[in-house]
Amino acid sequence: MSNLPSTPPLPTRAERAVKIKTGWLRPGIHLIGVFPLLQLAAFWFNDRLTANPIQWIEQHFGRVALNLLVASLAVTPVVTLSGWKGLLPHRRTLGLYSFFYFALHFLTFAALDYGLDWREILRLTVEKPFIIAGALAGGILLVLAFTSFQYWKKRLGKNWRRLHKAAYLAGGLAVLHYAWAVKGSLATLSGDILRPLGMGLLVILLLLLRLPPIRRRAASWRHVMKR
Amino acid sequence: MKKKTETIPSSEITPKDLYLSRRKFLKAAGLLAGGAVLAACAPQLVQPPAGTDTPQANTSTPKPVITPFSRATSDELGDPLNSYKDITNYNNYYEFTTDKAGVAVLAKDFPTSPWDVQVTGLVHRPRTYSVDELIRKFAPEERVYRLRCVEAWSMVIPWLGFPLWKLLKEVEPTGNARYVRFETIYQPEKMPGQRIPLYPWPYQEGLRLDEAMHDLTILATGLYGGELPPQNGGGIRLVVPWKYGFKSIKAIVKIELTAEQPATLWSSVAPDEYGFYANVNPRVDHPRWSQRTERRIGEFGRRDTLLFNGYAEQVAQLYEGMDLRLYY
Repeated sequence: MSNLPSTPPLPTRAERAVKIKTGWLRPGIHLIGVFPLLQLAAFWFNDRLTANPIQWIEQHFGRVALNLLVASLAVTPVVTLSGWKGLLPHRRTLGLYSFFYFALHFLTFAALDYGLDWREILRLTVEKPFIIAGALAGGILLVLAFTSFQYWKKRLGKNWRRLHKAAYLAGGLAVLHYAWAVKGSLATLSGDILRPLGMGLLVILLLLLRLPPIRRRAASWRHVMKR
Repeated sequence: MKKKTETIPSSEITPKDLYLSRRKFLKAAGLLAGGAVLAACAPQLVQPPAGTDTPQANTSTPKPVITPFSRATSDELGDPLNSYKDITNYNNYYEFTTDKAGVAVLAKDFPTSPWDVQVTGLVHRPRTYSVDELIRKFAPEERVYRLRCVEAWSMVIPWLGFPLWKLLKEVEPTGNARYVRFETIYQPEKMPGQRIPLYPWPYQEGLRLDEAMHDLTILATGLYGGELPPQNGGGIRLVVPWKYGFKSIKAIVKIELTAEQPATLWSSVAPDEYGFYANVNPRVDHPRWSQRTERRIGEFGRRDTLLFNGYAEQVAQLYEGMDLRLYY
């Protein structure tokens, strides 16, 4: 999805594009992607993984996967609002990093936490809605990562874009998984729900910014501001 | 690495008095062996109050001085104590923060002494006690208990405490009293978590009167032979070892005898997820996550969760005829 959907009533490409030197952007994005691993290493060596390190690692990877997924969902709206098209190619990188951390999150859960006891893992996955939500989100990320190559993009044509809109569904499911995993309740709006709620609102906001009428308005607003 | 599921209660194998004397012997042995490290583990070793000497174990080994503050090395199932460091640096205490490793840092300067507890409600002799007075009066003893958190991790903790029934007996509950309600201190200026309005502060918990009168139910005033650190619920906390950890309310300032079942913080937040009873039960899941297994802090693999956290022998009769799925 490297090309921005065209927005009819708007000025020419040249007018819209914002030029920013982007030599640092690629390494910067990779730094964002690798930083959580460096953080884990630093915590490990400073004995800061708490008394329950497996849980810490599991939750760390989960949080990072969600953060990076939301970051990749934010790319298009940021481009719409700012005109900074140089950001677009990095949406895929952020999405792939999100998948990478989801994979680590799942491996920590399956191998470290449950010792590859597949019977118990399957039982939990079937029984517990919060794990189902996480597994579905992860499944979507897997499909999107697999089809993120040029080959599939060409092969799937128009359907590729439709398919990759499922990233929002993955975001929603991941937030649900997060909200259900903490001690609190969305029904009574109480408990430890501040962060899941914030992430949920962010995903909804990013989704709204992609809806054509709102997107057009946002883009024209930017154009007016520039004048 | 996995422990066997069904543990035969030690009370079935060994007569209780013999078992108790063996434990004293083990404690004594542990005290001798661990004497050198004891000072390091228990920074403020409390002097035993006068007149609380316990009888010596009947053994042929040289008799060490046993105080009520001597330290065991394992629980009655043979599992080792968790370290002082783990117990005091991994705390669920939302009054400070939801970050379990961050509680100790934020609670560092929380004043726990002097500390007063008001005992009130349906009692003949309502009174406010200072923790110092409670310690003098009821001579805390060491109780090594498993603590099973509803988040499916557990620890073995050597508390210093006294049975709650001793205090309740002294204030004389009236005939109408059927429940005990506990309330945590409300000090948002010192407890940053209490400034978050997403919880119905202050924390409150409750027990049925017979649960409160059970000998396993203690008010803890110390840990690992020393004081009760603020992050573990100092000045004084409840410990009910057969229930999930959130029942064992910390930093208690009020104990109230009531006729009606009191509201509790977590059952107000999510009524269909946290019941009043909250007995540890591997067969009754929390609706969102499983309670079949748990991770003992310090261990790599998971172990099976025991019915009533391994105290079924002592407490199952409290719930005879009750549907534990209904009264979760």
